Amino acid sequence: MEDPKDVVLKYVSAEYLEEGSDPITYDTPLISGGIVDSFSMVSLKRFLENKYKISIPDGDATPEAFDSVNKIVTLVKRFVK
Amino acid sequence: MAYSDKIRTMYQDQLKAIQDAGIFKMERFIHSPQAAEIDVEFPAGASLKKVINMCANNYLGLSSHPEVVKAAHQGLDSRGYGMSSVRFICGTQDIHRELEDRLTQFLGTEATILFPSCMDANAGVFEAILTKDDVMISDRLVHASLIDGIRLCSAMHDTFKHSEMAHLESKLQLHADKRLKLVITDGVFSMDGDTAKLDEMVALCEKYEALLLVDDSHSSGFIGKTGRGTHEKCGVMGKVDIITTTFGKALGGASGGCVSGRKELVEMCRQRARPYLFSNTIAPVVVAGVLKVLDILSMTTERRDKLEKNAAYWRKGLTEAGFVLREGDTPIVPVMLFNAKLSQDFSRALYDEGVYAIGFFFPVVPQGQARIRTQISAAHEIHHLDKALEAFTKVGKKFKILGKTKQEIIDLYGM
Repeated sequence: MEDPKDVVLKYVSAEYLEEGSDPITYDTPLISGGIVDSFSMVSLKRFLENKYKISIPDGDATPEAFDSVNKIVTLVKRFVK
Repeated sequence: MAYSDKIRTMYQDQLKAIQDAGIFKMERFIHSPQAAEIDVEFPAGASLKKVINMCANNYLGLSSHPEVVKAAHQGLDSRGYGMSSVRFICGTQDIHRELEDRLTQFLGTEATILFPSCMDANAGVFEAILTKDDVMISDRLVHASLIDGIRLCSAMHDTFKHSEMAHLESKLQLHADKRLKLVITDGVFSMDGDTAKLDEMVALCEKYEALLLVDDSHSSGFIGKTGRGTHEKCGVMGKVDIITTTFGKALGGASGGCVSGRKELVEMCRQRARPYLFSNTIAPVVVAGVLKVLDILSMTTERRDKLEKNAAYWRKGLTEAGFVLREGDTPIVPVMLFNAKLSQDFSRALYDEGVYAIGFFFPVVPQGQARIRTQISAAHEIHHLDKALEAFTKVGKKFKILGKTKQEIIDLYGM
């Protein structure tokens, strides 16, 4: 099974990076770094919920929790049974 | 006193930082009607200078047309100066209804409602028709007024990469469980001058049962063979659910805007849209002017035809001179400079050469995408365009950017 970090990295890169952008790492600041804006968190949250069959409460889907691939995976693991 | 010296100093420091960065916006004072050539006082207190205007939304050259001005005077005489009311209380005149009907015909929709501006139309439409069970899916480069309206709405919001239909389709699939899906785009994008792929968007919306909203502010009056807008150009008249547009650009240039589209959606705006409920009605003088503009446009396409030729001439001239342009075929022709300060300096240098065009930089355009956004008008004659091309070329040589690629300009000036 694919490592969730790679799944999320691939998704974020395809979804948010423009052609010619520097590649991101597991620790690249996504929200605070301006790569993902707060509107765009919506589709990321939906992707994670659909992919891992989880439900992330809105209160947990904060800019801080989504600010890097590593942090996102930490959040996901809290809700995966 | 709440506005203490400490707070005042804080703002003064912020303003100084903008000045120090060379990107402080300063107004220029125009002492004439809007036209291809205007008399400008700049900086404040300077003597008047006649310059060629290359940055107005006066696409059809109707902003000071004598027939439009005459009709506006007649509107003042017959219907007064102001209504002192919002529409639903006592701010609706017969001419407001007439204008709504004429716009419905012109745009090929079912119904239309006026707003004090398209900014207001965009601010009000989403919350009037959507709930938290719905989703709005907008192109990432939609106009700021659409973003503001989206923020005011309780529906979920997602975005798709600019004009990428495969990405839009993936979002329509992702949000399949929502009660309603509304796809949102500009018709012609205001900063890049490119056109939305409305035919493909309509097909996707039909496939996934989504509604489609287009802000056609930079299209109404001149895009499409008879100037109806982007939907005419893309062959999808009658298939766009909501069109918002402004009367502050090609359609006279004064003020006002509208939502036009499916009858029930327009009626929801009439019942619920906050700018409609809480903002003053469009003044009779403006309504009368727009009615005359529609008369003119319904009689002949000569203005939009001339605009199309002018735009092609201008684009060819800039390309041959060696500027980096955004691709497109509309009268919006961005001259790319990438660096914010360069765009300001370039604009000032153009002014010295008798051409009025403004530098655009963050937050108006993305960081590193600064430009001079030129806009062509049917009021421009070839001699205006030739003189402007000469000025652009001279200034381009001065700043050593002619014939350079994007990367070369960035290497020279930074982003």
